[in-house]
Amino acid sequence: MKPPPFEYHAPVSVDEALAALAETGTHGKVLAGGQSLIPLLNMRLAAPSHLVDINRVGELDTIAAGPDGVRVGALARHAAVERSAEAAAALPLLRQALALVAHPVIRNRGTVVGSLVHADPSAEMPAVLALLGGSVRLARLGGEREVAAADFFTGPMESAAEPGELAVSAFFPAPPPRSGTAFHEVARRHGDYAVAGMAALVTLDEDLRIAAARVACVSVGPGPVVIDLSDACGRRPAASVAWDAVAAAVRDRIDPEGDIHATAVYRRHLTGVLAVRALKEAAGNAGTEAAHE
Amino acid sequence: MTTKLFGEPVQRREDARLVTGQGRYLDDLGPGALAAAFVRSPHAHARIRDIDVSAALDVEGLVAVYTWEDLPGALAEPLPLLIPHPALTHGRTAYPLAKDIVRHVGEPVVMVVAEDRYLAEDACALIEVEYEFLKPVVGVEEAAQGVHLVHEDVPGNVGAHMVQEVPSRDGRSAAEAIDAAPHLLEFRLDIERSACMPLEGKGVYARWDADDGSLRVYSSTQTSTSVRMAVAAKLGLPLPKVEVIAPDVGGGFGVKIVHPWPEEILVPWAARTLGREVKWTEDRREHFVSSAHERAQVQHVRVGFDDDGRVLGLDVTILHDHGAYTPYGIIVPIITSTQLLGPYKIGAYRVEFSSIYTNTVQVTPYRGAGRPQAVFCMERTLDRVAAYLGKDRTEVRAANFIRPDEFPYDQGLIFQDGRPLIYDSGNYPESLRMLKELIGWDSFPDMKARAAAEGRRIGIGVGCYVEGTGVGPYEGGHVQITSDGRVHVSTGLTSQGQGHETVFAQIAATELGVPIERVSVVTGDTRRFGYAVGTFASRAAVMSGNAIALACRKVREKALRIAADALEADPRDLEITDGIVHVAGTPSASIPLATVAVLSNPLRYAFDEEAKRATQFSGAASMDRPPVDEGEEPGLEGRDYYSPIRSTFASGMHAAIVETDPETAEIRILRYAVVHDCGKLINPMIVEGQIHGGVAQGVGGALYEKMVYDEHGQLLNASFMDFLMPYATEVPRIETAHLETPSPLNPLGIKGAGEAGVIPVSAVIASAVEDAEGITVDRMPISPSDLHTLRLRLAQ
Repeated sequence: MKPPPFEYHAPVSVDEALAALAETGTHGKVLAGGQSLIPLLNMRLAAPSHLVDINRVGELDTIAAGPDGVRVGALARHAAVERSAEAAAALPLLRQALALVAHPVIRNRGTVVGSLVHADPSAEMPAVLALLGGSVRLARLGGEREVAAADFFTGPMESAAEPGELAVSAFFPAPPPRSGTAFHEVARRHGDYAVAGMAALVTLDEDLRIAAARVACVSVGPGPVVIDLSDACGRRPAASVAWDAVAAAVRDRIDPEGDIHATAVYRRHLTGVLAVRALKEAAGNAGTEAAHE
Repeated sequence: MTTKLFGEPVQRREDARLVTGQGRYLDDLGPGALAAAFVRSPHAHARIRDIDVSAALDVEGLVAVYTWEDLPGALAEPLPLLIPHPALTHGRTAYPLAKDIVRHVGEPVVMVVAEDRYLAEDACALIEVEYEFLKPVVGVEEAAQGVHLVHEDVPGNVGAHMVQEVPSRDGRSAAEAIDAAPHLLEFRLDIERSACMPLEGKGVYARWDADDGSLRVYSSTQTSTSVRMAVAAKLGLPLPKVEVIAPDVGGGFGVKIVHPWPEEILVPWAARTLGREVKWTEDRREHFVSSAHERAQVQHVRVGFDDDGRVLGLDVTILHDHGAYTPYGIIVPIITSTQLLGPYKIGAYRVEFSSIYTNTVQVTPYRGAGRPQAVFCMERTLDRVAAYLGKDRTEVRAANFIRPDEFPYDQGLIFQDGRPLIYDSGNYPESLRMLKELIGWDSFPDMKARAAAEGRRIGIGVGCYVEGTGVGPYEGGHVQITSDGRVHVSTGLTSQGQGHETVFAQIAATELGVPIERVSVVTGDTRRFGYAVGTFASRAAVMSGNAIALACRKVREKALRIAADALEADPRDLEITDGIVHVAGTPSASIPLATVAVLSNPLRYAFDEEAKRATQFSGAASMDRPPVDEGEEPGLEGRDYYSPIRSTFASGMHAAIVETDPETAEIRILRYAVVHDCGKLINPMIVEGQIHGGVAQGVGGALYEKMVYDEHGQLLNASFMDFLMPYATEVPRIETAHLETPSPLNPLGIKGAGEAGVIPVSAVIASAVEDAEGITVDRMPISPSDLHTLRLRLAQ
């Protein structure tokens, strides 16, 4: 339970960080909140020869909320984003999801962007980014690129970030008017990774019928599984949607695996249940939004 | 300040230290010591072909590398089999470092000592061990078939086989009684593996004094005196040259009563060999794969009963998975076999167990120690009897209770201490009455109907147990009052956070009539008290508590004798209040205990003003007697021991109301009620704390914890991420009520309380889930996924 030897870099600017990452290439690893990396190091499951610690790079500690969405810098902690009134106003889903991310002490340290790059298929924030169709900005020495969520999560614990690149921020776009969101999950214990989880986004039309419905499922695929359920909801008001059919549609579209905590059969069943619960709540929230218009 | 402290909810005196980071745990000691780390087997069953340490030798800061071949004398022999038993015909223990064959993942193979733990682990990573794979034996039923063997010389993998049988009063065997009974049920039950998981793992720190030829060992242990004897024997040292101290210990729950752990003798040996301080602190992964687990059993039950639900005959066959080795003998299955009877009188009883080797971590007692399995078996049986007869579950229990006028009650079996299983006292009908009132048993059907009308599923469950506590052979206490009026109490058994500094001080303060602030307590330090057994089996309060009380009574008697001389009074007229001896009814005729302590030790040399009173020209002494009378000793101190004729039997009953989500199958405990009887309470707050902690661990066993081994013998969930212990958020508020039926066996009338909380929880939750769902629960733990599977099965 002691990490193998590594060289430690402590840049104070993005430029310095990018230079260190360029120099160390495949041997370098970014340390932000350390909530996943440090245990991996201690168990010697990861053995990078260079750690580039970005905790002194103040310019990355940003949360910028606007009408089109929320951009979160690489050093913004889960807790800071969760507590940001501006971020919650622009995008309630952030706070809905962050409340389910582990425990307060982990949220105090862990970062939203770090969670995205870690790309755990059981984590909440990748599902949020995928549901909203957000993106991650990857910088390298001499350039940067914006990668859409659909291209960013490439597999379990794998993202599009390449050696030498630093994820400097993530952008969570605000949904259209008359939209509502919700996040539901079942974890074995409070704060654990979800056995199954669900981020939902519902947009109503002017007659308060469901115009668009989409979910992102957690823990049932190699990454967040986004499913468009607009057709399944059938352009009806929430009260008259055939929810059993919606649950069935979700269950059809996923291919969960069993593990020591849950069978695949249970995960499939549970994902359907959570989809309906999340969509109903999201539709309710969308109705409240519409009433404010 | 009152001095009648026995029975009061005195705040724990150790907490200020422990919760403000002032505790001294093993890893807080010896910051400059060399660090030990171990190369452990990655395979469940393999022959060691070769160990190549050459690459590790280049690590800067490496001090030593040891394999079995380096171990001298008794160190090279297998570890002790601590508790031999005639039925344990094939007991086997491990070598401190593996010799030839490894039998579970995590078995230590190579010991590395380096300047720090980082370097030691770097060196471990460079050591190459070549293994020849052998077939791993995993799963108790597969192992019992004996196709592949864990130990070549143990046929069928059977370490022990034992049958106990008690015929009915009319002489029928269990088989006959069952066959003759009006009703018969037969079924199988499964209980998963769990483990103690103390917050602090094991750890050892040793200092060798070459000039003095003496060794001091600090160990995070539940028995420092016995570790001391083992270390002296294994290292060939004279006992007086070995000191063992248990510092603050961050939980034990049973795993730290096992000793000597390989590290517990290897670290002191390395310290002596190297002439340097050496320390090893167990990490969490090591604790998962290299310490001990418990619980796993498969039980087959046959029960015959009458129309009232009275059990006429009960036959239980147990397959007990004891892992790769049996250092602690067969205590766990013996306890399951005997404590299965609980508060009930069973017509005829037969219990048979086979203790089976598997290529997994060894099984030794974990809080409850075989009782959760026993109670699961008995209570599941009674629930099935009730369901079969359509009777209320509490009625069936009441029909089988031992009545209050039947004590002492002899169950006719031999208990874990080798002595008859005779219950000393109890009041089971009253306990059940209190429990039903506390949980609202009789009004629950209405509550359930209301919930059902809202689309909610709730269920209620109940479970009863009897726990043999305070097993022998003995403990001792030493009490000294010094000339500053302070009272120094020591006992040999150790503390792992139970609150001994508080309860033992309460006992001493009450017995001696002194303010508790003047009493200090030392446990687990062989420099202070050399004779002890250890802290396990809910025995510390019963054993050391009574020993300390007896020692205090000796000291008190002596104090009164000396004070009577000084006050020219009759000792029978004297009382001690707030540390002052005075003549009853005449408070002015008094002498402080501090002064009595001065007078108790005739002096030639005065070291302070007060001490002048005891010197030879002070005029205090009688010229007709020697300064120290025949039969007397200088000083105001006393030592005594408590050794009971047999265990004392505590009991309790729990009930829970659970809610199951009709869709997600999540299980939530809405209410949890405990009625607990541990005889006279020394400190009700500490007893409740013990119950809370026990119930929390019980909730773990009921809903969360299992050790998942794959077919290769790899433990798949060897971390706190995947081995799910309940958080505070998963533990319900616990409602408690106390019943006090004093034990007639000891001077204080007390019974043990340490393990009680954990014992019936799996049975209670199973009962409640069954009630909520209308399904049959026959294995624990039960997860939402498991419940979903059961629902699908029911729907088919």
